Order: sequence, then structure tokens, then C-alpha cells
Amino acid sequence: MATKKLLFVARSLPYKTEASRLALTHAISSQSVEIYLKDGDLVEGTIAFIGDGVMNCLKNQQAMKHYGITSIEGHMKNTLLLDMKVMICKEDLDRFGIKEDALLMDAEDIGGETNAQIVPYSEIQKEMESVDHLLFC
Amino acid sequence: MGKLTIGCFSSLVGSLSLDFSVKLAEAAIKKGHTVDYWMSGNATMLSKKGQKAFKDYSHLAKTVQELLATGKFQITACEACAVARGYHKEDTMEGVQTHSMDWYLASTFDADRVLHIGGD
Repeated sequence: MATKKLLFVARSLPYKTEASRLALTHAISSQSVEIYLKDGDLVEGTIAFIGDGVMNCLKNQQAMKHYGITSIEGHMKNTLLLDMKVMICKEDLDRFGIKEDALLMDAEDIGGETNAQIVPYSEIQKEMESVDHLLFC
Repeated sequence: MGKLTIGCFSSLVGSLSLDFSVKLAEAAIKKGHTVDYWMSGNATMLSKKGQKAFKDYSHLAKTVQELLATGKFQITACEACAVARGYHKEDTMEGVQTHSMDWYLASTFDADRVLHIGGD
């Protein structure tokens, strides 16, 4: 019985490429990975948003209205609903002048109990050092 | 010998990142390692059969077939990403599997190293 930890580091802008959406959907897929593993083995996914990637965390995204596709915000909510750890880099938010009230920090409206965390980059660095594998998106 | 899991989002022809990752897989296999290779997003284009070699464009289909023949290489495309682009089972190159994203995460479980190329 073992758990392998993966950290997806999303640094891409939302909608410009598919990368940040794929970071979220791959991280979410850690919830069903057991079907391929031995009993008791797990893969735990965590996601961190850094650089341009913090833009993915803005709330009130209108992707369905403008592009006819689900929003990244919806995937963010799913990660929180699944109690996955979501970290957002404080320094990069400051650089863009983005305040916490502009961000999707919880998924309470769909029954989520976990909040996203705004953390200094040093904490994200610590997380990077603690996981088994890093996946930059 | 070890196991390397490689994941790539970058497209065939449009980006040389896919070429790099396939060449890395080739180098690892030549050294005796095994490789699981995952294609997501635009990288699923590599799974398409009928690719024609032109000298102006990357051509990786032949290398993929050679790697598959070693028995040390598994290559899998994200099914949803492929089907969204119109690449169905009947369009898929021989030997290439399709699965959902959890296949990739499961492959990382016993990988000695994971290399993920998550850009375009």
C-alpha cells in the first residue's frame, strides 16, 4: 500500500491554450486511478497556479457565453468539491493586482468544503519538493 | 533498468516538443528502460494513422512503430482529447491504445521518472 503524490503546476493562461484545463482534468482524474492500481495504492493530485496561471482562478468566467464550452472555473470547483489541495501564488496575484474577492476560493454552492489557498511561492516550492512527481502545464 | 513515463500536450508538426519527447523515449529504450508514453490535447494527433512523411514536417509515426516493436514501449492517447478532434478508433495507428486520463496517472505510480511536457 502506497500513495504517490503528483503536483500539477499550472502556469498557462486560461483559454489561450488547453494546458491549464488539462492540468485540472488530469489532476481530477486522480480520483479514479485506483481501477488501474493494486488495492490500497493511490495517486494523490494537487494543483498550484503560478505566473499567468493565476488567471485561471478568476471567478465569474463566461466561457459558455463566449466560447460555448465549460469554464475553467467549473473544473476548479470540481477540484475543491473533491477536497483536492489548490494553491494560488500570492506574489503573482499581487503582480497582476488581483485581490482575493476576485478569485474562486470555494465550491460551497455545490457542496464543497475545501477552500483554495493563497500562499507565498515558498510554500509552493516546499510542495514541489515534497511530491513524487511534478507536472508543469 | 527503470521505467520512464512521458506525458505530452504538444502537437505533431506544430511543435517540436513532441519530437523531443519521442526521441527521449527512443534514447531511454535504447538504454534498456521501458517507457509509457501519454498523449493528451493536441499531442493526440500523433495517434492518427496515415501520416505521410514530408521533409518539411516532423514525421514520428515510423519511430513510434519501431519503438512499439521493441516491446518496451506503450503509447496511449487520451480518448476524449482524440475523439474531440475527430480521431476515432478506426483512425488510430496500430499499437496505439486509448484510455482516459487516469491511465496516465496510474502509470506514474510505479515510474522511476515522469517527464511531463504540458505546453503547446
